[in-house]
Amino acid sequence: MTAPAKTQVIDSVIEMRNVSTRFGEKIVHTDINLTVNRAEIFAIIGGSGSGKSTLLREMILLQKPSSGSIKVLGESLQDISEDDALALCKRWGVMFQNGGLFGALTVIENVGLPLREHTVLSEHAIDEIAVAKLALTGLKPEANQQYPSELSGGMMKRAALARAIALDPELLFLDEPTAGLDPVSAAGVDELVLHLRDQFGLTIVMITHDLDLLWQVADRVAVLADGKVQEVDSMLALSNSENPAVKMFFEGPRARFAQEQNAYKNNTQKSPAKPISI
Amino acid sequence: MTSLSKPNKLAISATATPNLFERVGISTISLLDQFIEALVFIGETAVALTKSVMQPRRIRWRPILFNIRTAGFNALPIVGLLSFLLGIVVAYQGAGQLRQYGANIFVADLVGLSMLREFAPLMTAIIIAGRSGSAYAAQIGTMSVTEEIDAMRTLGISPQELLVLPKVIALVIVMPLLTVFADALGVFGGMLMAQQQLDVGFVEFLDRFVKAVSPTAFMIGVGKAPVFAVIIAMVGCFQGFRTKGGADSVGRQTTRSVVQSIFLVIVADALFSVAFSILDL
Repeated sequence: MTAPAKTQVIDSVIEMRNVSTRFGEKIVHTDINLTVNRAEIFAIIGGSGSGKSTLLREMILLQKPSSGSIKVLGESLQDISEDDALALCKRWGVMFQNGGLFGALTVIENVGLPLREHTVLSEHAIDEIAVAKLALTGLKPEANQQYPSELSGGMMKRAALARAIALDPELLFLDEPTAGLDPVSAAGVDELVLHLRDQFGLTIVMITHDLDLLWQVADRVAVLADGKVQEVDSMLALSNSENPAVKMFFEGPRARFAQEQNAYKNNTQKSPAKPISI
Repeated sequence: MTSLSKPNKLAISATATPNLFERVGISTISLLDQFIEALVFIGETAVALTKSVMQPRRIRWRPILFNIRTAGFNALPIVGLLSFLLGIVVAYQGAGQLRQYGANIFVADLVGLSMLREFAPLMTAIIIAGRSGSAYAAQIGTMSVTEEIDAMRTLGISPQELLVLPKVIALVIVMPLLTVFADALGVFGGMLMAQQQLDVGFVEFLDRFVKAVSPTAFMIGVGKAPVFAVIIAMVGCFQGFRTKGGADSVGRQTTRSVVQSIFLVIVADALFSVAFSILDL
């Protein structure tokens, strides 16, 4: 089954087929079908408790669905062998909502950890790569030797992102990349996500509530409600949807403002891929 | 629609307090769940251990050495002091009885056998459970709250290999050594008391001690220590991994780990006593 899928050019990076999840009697998802294409920025939105995080955890092997099949990078996740799972872990990067940085290690050690674990590079080379990744995410070099507890929320997210891309993954998962950030840092994340995709061809899957981020960077957005995927489309198409569960996200002053702002931005600057400055 | 039915359900379960039978049932099921989880955890650790033994390159020496220092070397003062005091207490309690029969010299038998066979390993285990077992639960619990355990898994690093095995291995190395240290200071405490209360000099005491206490008694005490070490390390780590939710859960699991590991250590000690009496040791 998986052997031919590996060799052929895979256009879909993640495929979820009829995925259902139950915790005891509580039903989280029923029959979820999702496809994430290569080099796209795919966002999952939904109210609190709609099972977005559970869906993400199922994609990264932290949780098993009750039924259905999930394929990530051509590998089927059910009954995946430990060696295959390890190989998969090296091909993706995950940034957790709270960063998930190891408190016992400095920032630079955190970023170097995946390299130390999975490559045979010299200490010197690992440190150099870590510094480069940290610079890419826009973290100030002074912070490299600090411990995660000494960092601000924004710096922590940047460090976590640097660790997620340490092994040059093909696929990047972001859990609430802008939650708890000030507007300036959040705008930096927008640009960073776009930059990673455009420069390195990464496929990015993110969970977010941030309407600005959704309007600015997401190619396609899946709306999760009542345990089902209500619609998957671009923000523009979704904003015209008649589905009440989708409409919910586009009503209210905050949503309208983000939409207007996006329309304004698109009209004034037909973005000539300006150099990234974070 | 579902959002409407949810609060109703909650309201019902909040108003109707479960009766005695329901409560017994709920705690029985949660106890069974925990037992099954514990079996899974033991199995996972055993698999990780087998892998490490097959590929010794995978053994993490740095955390092992670190744990040897924090759980072993740093515990020397407290283990030593408490064993010393325990030796004094045992000798003092025995002194009154022995003096009545003029059997003063047997204080060496009393202190030697009780310390070496029972008190030193048990005392060490209880101190380590409170000192290190709780620290393990708190560390791993905090790490799961801050998503560090999840991050570790997604980075392809086995938490069992990085967090559990080094702690188990370190404690298995350290506990017998701490027990020997406790033996020595306990006997020394008894010796001081014997000289004070029973006029048994150090030389006489040691003379009798060598005759009274066989190497078997010493080995029994030291032999229990690795078993206690495994219990303490495994319970601490297991309770740490069971932490779910917020910071308050970390505290709860830490407390639970100490209570459970001391309980299991004493149960294991009782089983040892039964086994040794059957084996005539």
